[in-house]
Amino acid sequence: MGDTLTSLALMFSPDKWASLFDNGMNQLWAGFRITFFAACGGLVLALALGIVFGVLSASHWKIARGITRAYVEFFQNTPLLLQVVFLGFGLPIVWPAAGRFLSNAASALLPWSNTGFLMIAGILGVGIYHGAYISEAVRAGIQSISKGQLEASLSQGMSYIQSMRYIVIPQALRVVLPPLTNQAVNLVKNTSVLMVIGVYDLMLSGKAVQTTLNNPGPVFLTVMLMYFAMCYPLALLSKYLEDRAEVNA
Amino acid sequence: MIKLVNVNKHFGTNHVLKDINLHIPTGQKVVVIGPSGSGKSTLIRCINMLEKPNSGQVVVDGVDLMAPRAPIAKVRQSVAMVFQSFNLYPHKTVLENLTLAPIVVQGVSKEEAEDSGMAYLHRVGLAEKFDQYPAQLSGGQQQRVAIARALNMHPKILLFDEPTSALDPEMIQEVLDVIIGLAAEGITMVVVTHEMGFAKEAADRVVFIDEGLILEDGPPEHFFENAQNERTKLFLSKILR
Repeated sequence: MGDTLTSLALMFSPDKWASLFDNGMNQLWAGFRITFFAACGGLVLALALGIVFGVLSASHWKIARGITRAYVEFFQNTPLLLQVVFLGFGLPIVWPAAGRFLSNAASALLPWSNTGFLMIAGILGVGIYHGAYISEAVRAGIQSISKGQLEASLSQGMSYIQSMRYIVIPQALRVVLPPLTNQAVNLVKNTSVLMVIGVYDLMLSGKAVQTTLNNPGPVFLTVMLMYFAMCYPLALLSKYLEDRAEVNA
Repeated sequence: MIKLVNVNKHFGTNHVLKDINLHIPTGQKVVVIGPSGSGKSTLIRCINMLEKPNSGQVVVDGVDLMAPRAPIAKVRQSVAMVFQSFNLYPHKTVLENLTLAPIVVQGVSKEEAEDSGMAYLHRVGLAEKFDQYPAQLSGGQQQRVAIARALNMHPKILLFDEPTSALDPEMIQEVLDVIIGLAAEGITMVVVTHEMGFAKEAADRVVFIDEGLILEDGPPEHFFENAQNERTKLFLSKILR
């Protein structure tokens, strides 16, 4: 017990912190920016895919339901890691045209990054992966709204799309919010797969700083806090939106 | 105004409507009655295509709704429906329930939709509730709001699908009074109901349907005093005890 405390005290001693703040923080902040950027891109993509596929899978259109089933089952039942490795390293070989397209997109969108293509692959990876989960949440949310709501709006002359937009989705959103937050938070944390394809995100930057400074305590604690700083506001936002929805219910 | 010709509807192996023929001229108030499971709700839901018949012809306001690419949504703008379970939009205030479809479907300005909406809320006696949410209202109040929502589309036809069946007994009359008031106007009405008093008082015509067939079709006095069909007599003897 005493030994553990002593080594903990050594690990987090003031000079260790000083070494991190003098020689490591810049690199951690750079990683933070990459992770933040990837998380934002992934979230936008996952939400867009999740809403579109969720609405389609709740529709009466058989072909659309089949396509969404295939999408959801494939991406939910294979590892994210493998998907991202494939997008980053496999796609340019298997389908060079797609690889070139993403490379061009990367140099146009992320000229400041020398691993822009891999970042795009990672954003696509987490976006598509969590889009599949969000689509399931959206489908469940829509199906939880009574059929009478759709019938009432259709009977007033609304199109299916208008009924979804004005009547069904706003109500479904309340049901979907908690699992949606879950997915958003998981998405932020799962951007750490970028590390595996060699993008200096927060995780890989942390590892690099630790290798240089041999200072695991303060480095990884700081990395953790940085992830927390991204995820916790999402949870707070969801709580706020849920409370607001309560008031109107 | 409404013409059903040889309309058939199946749910799986269940033949719910059997060669239904029904012509309703403009302004007529028709009450459809029948035992539960007789097909009366399916019948009224075929008029605005919430149920699509398997065969036959449905012509509403001169438009053949069974034709390919029929402008169903367009016709629905002038065929308002009031549901058994109200189906108000719970995330919208009472006034928003009335104005949403006029604004997004009919392109009416917000001011105009709110003015006419408030007028209809006055008419159903709920103007002071305009900024509440449906969940804050009683069942009878919700159904009156649903009627005002239907009216705010300025429809040519009003369809009522058992408008009082989900209500507590003491709330039925306040809703019936509103519907009876409407019946005094020129609008075409089709009402599926179990309220025989309403049928006697407000209907021009009573249609009795059982097992997917129209068994009686005539003025209320004919129906209540001079029913021909044995099945109708049995139904009446049970319901008019």
